[in-house]
Amino acid sequence: MSAGAGPKAPQTPAGGGAGGGAGAAPASQDASDDAPAAAAGGQETAGAVVLGRGGASAFVAPALGLVGVFLIFPALWTLYLGLTNARLTGLAAAEPQFVGLSNFVRALTDPLFRNSLKVTAIFVVGSAVVGQTGLGFLLAWSLRGWRGPVRSAIEVLVILAWIIPGSVVAFLWIALLDGRSGTLNTLIPGDGGIEWLLRYPMASIIVFNTWRGAAFSMLLFGAALASLPPSHLETARLAGASAWQQLRDVILPSIRGHILTALLLISLWTFNLFTPYLLTRGGPNFQTEVLPIYIYRVAISSGQLGYGAAISAIMLAINLVVALVYLNVLKDKT
Amino acid sequence: MTATARTGARAATPATAARPPVVGPLLARVGFYVFALVVGAFFALPVLWLLTAPFDADPTLSVAVPSLTLSNFAAMFSNPYVGSSLRNSILLSLGTMLLVVTAAALCAYALSRVRIPGRDLLLYILLLFSSVVSGTAAMVPLFQLINQFGLINTHTGVMLVLAGGLLPAGIFILKDFMDSIPPSYEEFARVAGASPLQTLRDVVVPVARPGLAVVAVWTIVNVWGDFLIPFILLRSPDKAPAAVVMFNFYTEGGQANLRLISAYSFLYSIPVVVMYLFVNRRYGFRFYGGIKR
Repeated sequence: MSAGAGPKAPQTPAGGGAGGGAGAAPASQDASDDAPAAAAGGQETAGAVVLGRGGASAFVAPALGLVGVFLIFPALWTLYLGLTNARLTGLAAAEPQFVGLSNFVRALTDPLFRNSLKVTAIFVVGSAVVGQTGLGFLLAWSLRGWRGPVRSAIEVLVILAWIIPGSVVAFLWIALLDGRSGTLNTLIPGDGGIEWLLRYPMASIIVFNTWRGAAFSMLLFGAALASLPPSHLETARLAGASAWQQLRDVILPSIRGHILTALLLISLWTFNLFTPYLLTRGGPNFQTEVLPIYIYRVAISSGQLGYGAAISAIMLAINLVVALVYLNVLKDKT
Repeated sequence: MTATARTGARAATPATAARPPVVGPLLARVGFYVFALVVGAFFALPVLWLLTAPFDADPTLSVAVPSLTLSNFAAMFSNPYVGSSLRNSILLSLGTMLLVVTAAALCAYALSRVRIPGRDLLLYILLLFSSVVSGTAAMVPLFQLINQFGLINTHTGVMLVLAGGLLPAGIFILKDFMDSIPPSYEEFARVAGASPLQTLRDVVVPVARPGLAVVAVWTIVNVWGDFLIPFILLRSPDKAPAAVVMFNFYTEGGQANLRLISAYSFLYSIPVVVMYLFVNRRYGFRFYGGIKR
């Protein structure tokens, strides 16, 4: 590899030079120069000395190979599988037939798929948009300006809810909400225990997921609020703006980018969340069967891989749209 | 419960800036403490069980002052899946971490030092893919792919799939680190006759160590908690990691063994909490915060 790097070296400064005029300067001078353009140029030159294009390709190959096989290829393969009647077992497992769009047609007429879409929408709006983003902002907003043990204690608790492994928090909530001896029922006076997960399954997983993920938006908004220049608020306050007016006219507009980022990322993650399965397994009676659980049930449990792949393709398409909107937001911000 | 939290806060927010100069600060203080109490209770309530039940000689599902004992931890290991699952979790986490850190470091270094046409675009497309192609959306093709490779029910299959999903973000973070390292050291190494791999190992890696540590911890935490991929790719219970075995413990038929479940949850949760404290102390957890998942 070291031999390969030598002959290729002269090519790279040309490439580096395209990035900025400073790229032509000797690298040893660049190292002492803090200007970003000069530093970048210096790296190009050094890269040529140390690595070369051939070496670089060899360095990049393992990562790209893994990502290509286990991330990009599966996405494309879903599209193909969704057009077949592939099954986990039986005849269609060995020789899947091409069935065109019939899986998609079937999805549109399947009441359980439509149920799943509805359940997913409620779950995402309730726990991601209102719950996590809303509560996270509220936490960041209320904690700003406070120092000391109360603030740290709350932050630690919120973050703890976020980092404990998913199957443990799922059981913690099962214990909390248990109908006979759960902590919540022991706190409520009266002897009629409520089976929260059976009586209010959707509300339960929404509150659960709000609790689980509020930390992310709290941290994000906390950083955003801390970066606002205090003079902004001071001016508004001197002009006689109430707290609500300050929030609406000064703060919200200046962290609009952060709000959009939080909304889109959290919605995307919540949309792809499998954790409700650990609490309710989609039940009772499909009331919490969000799309990921639906796919798991039809594709892995019942073995209808082709049909499951078609649903996955729909999910990938929705993910792609959200991600592209997010990239657009990022581009507008910079 | 969220509803109460929100009402409490609405009371707190106007109070914070209520303007009568004498009453204001007091109101704000009271409002803040009410808010803190409600929110604190909401976030603490579910976790309390994890702190009491493992040390209770006779735990129930509700939080209670424990009759202190450590016997749950001793008894736990008589269940054969406790030891095997924790070993599997360690193996999967460390294996995936090695894959991700090695491949991401090589790739990030090359992308940082050599102008490959369209490298920024390439990075963004990879990142885009890693958030669009989630484990859930791709579980069907991943399952099929691992099946075809004959890697179903193997730890290798799980590690490869997890590494593929985590690599783009890992590369992204590390490239940032590599970009901030001045390249002059490497030139000296090169002049002294070191090969690119030697240069990377002896010159770049020591300087980039904080970045590598962040990516390593981040990978371990992600794999440690991941449920879906091992759940669908592993069949035999003795190969399952802790995330899956935990689920099996409380969904198996019959009376749930709370002494086992509580002690096991506690032990299984400790590593991520410790790693969080470590990252928080060393780097401040904003790092950790922004890049989780």
